[in-house]
Amino acid sequence: MLTIATGNKAVAAAVKEVRPEVIAAYPITPQTEIVEQIAEYVTSGELDSRYIPVESEHSAMAACIGASITGARTFTATSSHGLAYMHEMVNWAAGARLPIVMANVNRALGPGWNVWAEHTDSFQERDTGWLQVYVSTVQEAYDTALMAFRIAEHKDVLLPVMVNLDGFVLSHSMQSLETVTPGDFVPPLHLPHAIDVTNPAGYGTLTGPDEHFKFRWEIEQAMRKSVRVIADTERDFAERFGRQYGVAEEYRYEDADVVVIAMGTLGKEAEVAVDLLRNEGVKAGSLRVRWLRPFPELDLSGRDIVVIDRDYSFGFGGVLAHSLMAKSRIEPYSVIAGLGGQEVTFDDIAGFVRDRTPGSETWFGVKGNV
Amino acid sequence: MTEIPKEEYILKCTSACAGCPSSLILRYVLKAAGPDTVLVVPACCTSVIQGIYPNTALNVPVYNVAFAAAAACASGMSEAFRKAGKKTSVIVYAGDGGTVDIGIQALSGAFERETDFLYICYDNEAYGNTGMQRSGSTPVGARTTTTPGGKTHAKKDIDAIVAAHNPSYLATACAAYPQDLFKKVGKALSLRGSKFIHVLAPCPPGWRFSSEMTVEMGKLAVKSGIWILYERESGKVTINGPSKAAMIKPVPLEDYLSGQGRFKGISQKAIDALKSQAEQRAKHLQKEAEGIC
Amino acid sequence: MYEIRIHSRGGQGGVTAARLLALAAFRDGNYATACPFYGAERRGAPVVSYVRIDDRPIRIYSQIRNPDLVVVLDPSVMEVVDVLHGLKSGGRVLINGATTDKIRGCPAYAVDLTGIALAEKLVVAGSPILNTPVIGALAKMGIVSVDSAKKAIREMFSDERNVRAAEAAYRELVI
Repeated sequence: MLTIATGNKAVAAAVKEVRPEVIAAYPITPQTEIVEQIAEYVTSGELDSRYIPVESEHSAMAACIGASITGARTFTATSSHGLAYMHEMVNWAAGARLPIVMANVNRALGPGWNVWAEHTDSFQERDTGWLQVYVSTVQEAYDTALMAFRIAEHKDVLLPVMVNLDGFVLSHSMQSLETVTPGDFVPPLHLPHAIDVTNPAGYGTLTGPDEHFKFRWEIEQAMRKSVRVIADTERDFAERFGRQYGVAEEYRYEDADVVVIAMGTLGKEAEVAVDLLRNEGVKAGSLRVRWLRPFPELDLSGRDIVVIDRDYSFGFGGVLAHSLMAKSRIEPYSVIAGLGGQEVTFDDIAGFVRDRTPGSETWFGVKGNV
Repeated sequence: MTEIPKEEYILKCTSACAGCPSSLILRYVLKAAGPDTVLVVPACCTSVIQGIYPNTALNVPVYNVAFAAAAACASGMSEAFRKAGKKTSVIVYAGDGGTVDIGIQALSGAFERETDFLYICYDNEAYGNTGMQRSGSTPVGARTTTTPGGKTHAKKDIDAIVAAHNPSYLATACAAYPQDLFKKVGKALSLRGSKFIHVLAPCPPGWRFSSEMTVEMGKLAVKSGIWILYERESGKVTINGPSKAAMIKPVPLEDYLSGQGRFKGISQKAIDALKSQAEQRAKHLQKEAEGIC
Repeated sequence: MYEIRIHSRGGQGGVTAARLLALAAFRDGNYATACPFYGAERRGAPVVSYVRIDDRPIRIYSQIRNPDLVVVLDPSVMEVVDVLHGLKSGGRVLINGATTDKIRGCPAYAVDLTGIALAEKLVVAGSPILNTPVIGALAKMGIVSVDSAKKAIREMFSDERNVRAAEAAYRELVI
């Protein structure tokens, strides 16, 4: 069905299609619309789920964990401080190999209070063993949320997946949305280690160094295998529903001499900057990185690269820029921009390309920046 | 006498200390609960007692979870089982730290939502697993590693806090009265909604008494009136036999205190405070039992 | 691409107006986005919402700098906000009120949306609902078709008075 929806409502609509048995969530700006919409679906009977209105995000993830280990499909949503508060259980979910799907509406962390878009909240969770994907349109939020359940629950993965969308900019933007009937695109969940009272087992018991090490290695193996599962899932999605995104979405990339790399909505806005630069005769292209974990292996050799980070690791640098430096052996122009919802236009992005100084970092709009 | 099943769900390979009340309590909890049960255990002595991976001393599924998360985890588990049409009992088995301190928010949330589960707090009145640091449940005057001069604050009244949530069932119990505990767990699990049982767990290394004295110490706690056995069902309070007797003719509190190294050198002021707290609690419960308040 | 900036105060329905307009444009067969700019979500504070309409997918998320049309749902915001800021040359202004006196140098239109809302008794929590009548006025200005405007209103609201209010605004606005 073709309709129009906000990013938040698109996520809720996708969740309705896959019918999780248990949903536990706590409201936080700008995620609220997701939980309100789901509560509405459950109340009206459109969605036959147990909705647990928990008293905190820590409990939201704990409740998802408790439900998931019985073999139930689970979903939660949060943002910013909620995600930070949940951090302990975010680790637990991945360590317990539970295919929980969570929407995170990217928002800056305080102080001071700031409700606008920034990727630092979810980037801080990057080492927890969750798969992480970042979307740029309402349609992509919907499609990716559907795919997230299938990827998380795949027998070769069995890791949680976080679907990230920019706060307000995307969560509250209304765009066209084509909803689908997923059918068997997301098959029923079979959790091999689900609790079985007829075959009792201890979960998460005291674990020595050797076993702990082995479990960590298994998470990494699953993370590596997820690369193929993501590709297969995308391919099947494209065959059934006609849309495909890739681990990183290319735009006028093939013959580009200079490439802008960004994530989320800034990655979409960068496409407009690319058109602007092409009109000026600059052979520009863009690459919108979707998956932060597993991080893509990209061949970026022989081009100038401008990386926009909507995040920062203090005392280190932009996380996306440094990840690409390590993985793709490039020396980019690293631009830190859009923190706390800072306005970054396609004109600004074109400016980054024109003014690029490979190998250096700049903080957009900050006077006297390094 | 109530017939107690012969089946054992806690096997003879635990890593518990000698004289451990926690494994004793759990033994009777599981006998009452039976095999269609899942335990949710936050960080506490039981995290260790059940053994080291890949072994387990427990013959029911045990889900170990982060310190603050037990009641919330059980919420999700209970909802998932009910959604799947299963009647499996979900029992949180948590220490006092995981209940009255770090776990209290999740506990309050789960009870407010009338989660269908049983929450058991086995209370050894300190953080035992980490070597006896004070908890909110440590009584005044007790020495712990973080209150070397004796605790200056009173024991938190978790039962009153839980009672304020109007649970389907609330009871206290004691490791020294396994029959009473067995009956209470059975009754709790026969009811729907949120149930709470608070069990006193006299801890030999933590309280500093010799390990064959666990049951004796528990009996002294009840007989002296510092620990009162009672039940609260749909708002109605029933004081159980041993505590009724203690209210008529208590043994001196000093008999209970003097057997424990943690109270060595306790001030008269702290003893008076303990006595007055115990008296007030008894008076209040008696009034409630008589339907006066 | 046609870009519209809507000025209102928190609680007056500016955000919903943007969403309704985007929905109506979408029902016309165009691409449309409605992006509210959220400050602190307080009733009564000046707020801005953006609508973009195009025949191709829209990839811009940043705020509208040079709108083709400015809509002012609450004329009192003109005392604190320069609503004409960045208006394209030849750009137009639509004001909720009886007069366009305060607007100079560009085509301006006025319609009493508040009066229309009150006449239909469209009042929520003491405030007249402006977001549905304004869609009627925008249809009159040719931003969306009348059919799509009504469709959009009916998709988002079950109360038929909203459609009547939009029709009234369509009739009353003089172009």
